[in-house]
Amino acid sequence: MRYSALRILREGLTGNKGWKPVWREPEPKAEYDIVIVGGGGHGLATAYYLAKEFGHKNIAVLEKGWLGSGNIGRNTTIIRSNYMLPGNEPFYEMSLKLWEGLEQDFNYNAMVSQRSILNLYHSDAQRDAFVRRANAMMLAGADAEIADADQLRAELPFLDFDNARFPIKGGLFQRRGGTVRHDAVAWGYARGADARGVDIIQNCEVTGFDIENGHCTGMQTSRGAIRAKKVAVCVAGSSGRVMEKAGMRLPIESHVLQAFVTEGLKPVIPGVITFGAGHFYVSQSDKGGLVFGGDIDGYNSYAQRGNLPVVEDVAEGGMAIMPMIGRARLLRSWGGIMDMSMDGSPFIDKTHVDGLYFNGGWCYGGFKATPASGFCYAHLLARDEPHPVAAQMRLDRFMSGNLIDEKGVGNQPNLH
Amino acid sequence: MIIHHPLLGPRDAAEFVYLGDASLIDRPDWQAEDAAQAFHAYGYLRDNPAGAHQELWYHEQGDRSWLVVTRDTTTHEITQVELARDVARVRGRDK
Repeated sequence: MRYSALRILREGLTGNKGWKPVWREPEPKAEYDIVIVGGGGHGLATAYYLAKEFGHKNIAVLEKGWLGSGNIGRNTTIIRSNYMLPGNEPFYEMSLKLWEGLEQDFNYNAMVSQRSILNLYHSDAQRDAFVRRANAMMLAGADAEIADADQLRAELPFLDFDNARFPIKGGLFQRRGGTVRHDAVAWGYARGADARGVDIIQNCEVTGFDIENGHCTGMQTSRGAIRAKKVAVCVAGSSGRVMEKAGMRLPIESHVLQAFVTEGLKPVIPGVITFGAGHFYVSQSDKGGLVFGGDIDGYNSYAQRGNLPVVEDVAEGGMAIMPMIGRARLLRSWGGIMDMSMDGSPFIDKTHVDGLYFNGGWCYGGFKATPASGFCYAHLLARDEPHPVAAQMRLDRFMSGNLIDEKGVGNQPNLH
Repeated sequence: MIIHHPLLGPRDAAEFVYLGDASLIDRPDWQAEDAAQAFHAYGYLRDNPAGAHQELWYHEQGDRSWLVVTRDTTTHEITQVELARDVARVRGRDK
């Protein structure tokens, strides 16, 4: 069933009776070639690209709750590729390119909106660092643009340029960055995967892995045992809990990140804006709510809710760059669990157990990575070798010394 | 969160800095045969449990003591707070 303007017109004239559920609810089979553990954005994208680009048919996605009930539905929907290091930037730029063609590719309206992202800088030294970052971005084929304060005054007059403590001196634009309707990403990938024969099995929790002589042959689940030639774990946020069942300790701590949305307002913020002297980022959803967030709470947590000091810190960050948001009333806040890795960068890799693969450690940047993460994970699963842009995202990089530490703060997960 | 400091009584968690798993007290022997593996595990690998977690908090805005806090990571409930010094001594450290 393809979506098109013609079809909407026809359904509108015939009482909308032709719409059907866009994925099946199959019973799990006894065996699959590849089982993906985790039905979030990354897991569904992996299944989609395995089926579409790598020709695999016999695949299942297991989800312990309902489809898209994890971080794919709890994030702040930003897409961008403004990273710097060679182990990261080509990967995120590939992701942004996939976002740009995604809706045509999977024939689903994900509301990809390239409304730009702007990182503000507040000092000469920070400007130099951002120019360097912009150059690194352009070397990887991304777009980047440095705007000075005069340019920003014309475009974004509501910013507090003359703030006494953190005056705004300019910013780094990535015009191709923006936002995406996050739930639709999960639904679109699920629909596309299902149409290509992938079994999406909801309410199916993995309770243990069957590992014999260093080889993973399947798993135990709340809906019975399932055998698989390859088991692909993709459960960021719960990676510690799931990989513990395979006897693995990971270079990851789970932390809670809070997000906030205000009441609906008229259009006031054109793109995504981030504060350079604290941690605050904001965009305006198509419904009008200001969607914003900041730092993680900073202590290990699986609780999906945070504490008040971070709420205050985030609000202070917002007030420092755009005092007008002090007039907006907060509608909701919520928390999600992040895989905070030891260098702030993710993993897409085999494990020491044959047939068991791992994707996780996305810190609080997993959403933008969804398409490339799925594509590169599918590549690894299909060919047993990493995709070139994800080749440095290895689990053993701390042993070998090949860290991908964008912020350069070392093995302190709550500082990344 | 309120941390019941063994010396100072109930204090706001915002006065503290969080370091991580209290296993960081147990620094490996740098002269051991397997020192490289042991330091890799010490520096980079974590149990990351969902449930009771022993962790190091530093009272930076207070008396600058290190504490070992036992906290449930699924509820944030704190069940025990000890001076890290006392915990380290029980584990056989001399200071």
